[in-house]
Amino acid sequence: MKSTKAYPTRQPVDRYASDLSPSVQESVYNASKLKTEARVDALQRDFADPDANRRLAGAIKQHTLDHLDTYLEQAESSLRENGAAVHWASDAESANQIILGIMQRNDCRRMVKSKSMVSEETELVPFLEKNGMEAVETDLGEYIVQIDHDHPSHIVTPIIHKNRQEIARSFEREGLGAYDDDPTVITRRARDYLRSKYLEADVGLTGANFVSAESGRIVLVTNEGNARFSMAAPRIHIALVGIEKLVPKDRDLSLFLSLLARSATAQCLTVYTQFIGGPRHRTQRDGPEKMHVVFLDNRRTEVLSGDCRKILRCIRCGACMNVCPVYRQASGHAYRGVYPGPVGAVLSPLLKGKEFPELADLPKASSLCGACNEVCPVDIPIPELLLRLRNRAKHEHVSLAARGTPSMGIWARAASSPGAWKTALSAGRLLNVVPHGFLNLSSPARAWQSSRKLPPFRGGAFRKWMRERNPPKNGVPSPDRKSEPDS
Amino acid sequence: MKDRDTILKRVRDGLAETPERTPYPEYDPACAVMRQPHEFSSLWELFAWRMKSVNGVPLHGWNALGDFLRERALKFGYCDPEYTEAIAAVCGSLDITERFDRNDLDRYEFGITAAAGAIAETGTIVLTDAATRPRLAALAPWIHIAILQEDDIWPDSPTALKRLGDDPSVIWVTGPSKTADVEGILIEGVHGPGVQVCCVV
Repeated sequence: MKSTKAYPTRQPVDRYASDLSPSVQESVYNASKLKTEARVDALQRDFADPDANRRLAGAIKQHTLDHLDTYLEQAESSLRENGAAVHWASDAESANQIILGIMQRNDCRRMVKSKSMVSEETELVPFLEKNGMEAVETDLGEYIVQIDHDHPSHIVTPIIHKNRQEIARSFEREGLGAYDDDPTVITRRARDYLRSKYLEADVGLTGANFVSAESGRIVLVTNEGNARFSMAAPRIHIALVGIEKLVPKDRDLSLFLSLLARSATAQCLTVYTQFIGGPRHRTQRDGPEKMHVVFLDNRRTEVLSGDCRKILRCIRCGACMNVCPVYRQASGHAYRGVYPGPVGAVLSPLLKGKEFPELADLPKASSLCGACNEVCPVDIPIPELLLRLRNRAKHEHVSLAARGTPSMGIWARAASSPGAWKTALSAGRLLNVVPHGFLNLSSPARAWQSSRKLPPFRGGAFRKWMRERNPPKNGVPSPDRKSEPDS
Repeated sequence: MKDRDTILKRVRDGLAETPERTPYPEYDPACAVMRQPHEFSSLWELFAWRMKSVNGVPLHGWNALGDFLRERALKFGYCDPEYTEAIAAVCGSLDITERFDRNDLDRYEFGITAAAGAIAETGTIVLTDAATRPRLAALAPWIHIAILQEDDIWPDSPTALKRLGDDPSVIWVTGPSKTADVEGILIEGVHGPGVQVCCVV
């Protein structure tokens, strides 16, 4: 972290942003900008009032969260009726143990994994490997993340931070053929290699994009078809599901699917949308004989109890990160958690529980421009939630969150004494004549000033206007004002 | 069961002080149906137009399928026993089998299976566990050909949701398998078919 020394007051997100190589920064910026534009085009083209749909979807999710106890019990019984075994895990450790237990009881050694952010949360793969199991990621991006011992930097496009040359080198190193950075060749090689993995595997693990409480159907979307393969070759299917993934009824799904696909990748529907209602049909030869669903809490109930419940509406489309000016500069690893971008800046610190201070700087990595709220398919007021977390960090005296922020103490003293305020205003005019380089006494001021120019100081005009205006008659100000206030 | 009770209790405690619980909004799922750029004379016309827009191949009638198979100079593939006769009639030179061997996935150039329905709005084919057999034959070969009865084209996704029935694996397929994971470049045929055909008969 070379820049830490140069700017000791910098927030961690700033450091990540300045340490990012120009090529990575460029690819993250371009990819996220393109996706944002495509998303808007798709929604405007296809719907008269896309905002109404976002608000409606937000209301349905909020309703579900506000009645989560009822819907969880309903989902549990629907899933059982479908022939699935339902498990409950209060934390990551418990979820991993349940999955390991299912594998051991069924003499399983090998797992193929479809993309699941929840399994990143529980660090399932390293846990299974430690316990003698093989677990292979099958989403192309996640597979590359796995062979590179890296972390996803985006929830929809996990290797947004890698270019084809790096990927080609990784494939060569893994013995998947001589160096070739043609994306078609890369994709075909992964196709060939992962086919053998699907066929060898005993277990296919997936997440869930939605679970209908009414029918107990698990709804999964993928473009590559890896979730389909993970449920066509292996004999056991395990779905690891966050408890917030429920929707009340099947009829709600067309709204959510239409918003998810357009918000994530500007598609009308993701290529494969699967509705899974239990183990395979009696006339079917391929597919799981057994289905297990693991509901994971992992501090979601803590979030539910607090004042940031709305963040649990999130359907993981990634639109907020694509549109975020901070994400575009800093990329996903800057958020140091499973969920990057604006949603991560709210969710990751909350999911830390007592270790909240470790990520309490994230809510400050935002200009509160509101773009994340405008694109959110479930209308989460992210800026409002960021402010609540900033407030919490302040109240808990988290030093990381305060780093680089000038103290408000001097301002508070001046603002509560009319004399001091007047003096400060006169002194402020000096700013227009003194070279600003002389003002960089404190580190926060220096860090701020290094990349910005102060506007001309125009303070005091309001007080002047107050003094010169006609005195009010019977408490009503005179309409013939001499001048309009300009500050 | 310990975790179950803990979680449900935490949820109930967490919700206890909710001043006003959001009601379930009354709405018509038709609000999620997209508008189309112009009028189409039939559901088939709309379906075919939409399917082409996602790089799928819509075909009308057995003869069209025969032409497709010949043009591509295909030799060997899987066919659902239901359709072998019809296929043999339009493309006699093909070597087709009614047996799908999972240990020899890449030998099959194509798989011909049934579709249970289609969604005109989005150009989507609907596969089910009961109709589409076996799962791997519709997934592993480079070309998947879904055979669809014209009456089974439904107008939109809310209608298709009403037809989920009790099948344990309903799959909506909208175009060929694809990815943009490498530098955002679109590549078709990742794990599933690189060519997705739907033949309406």
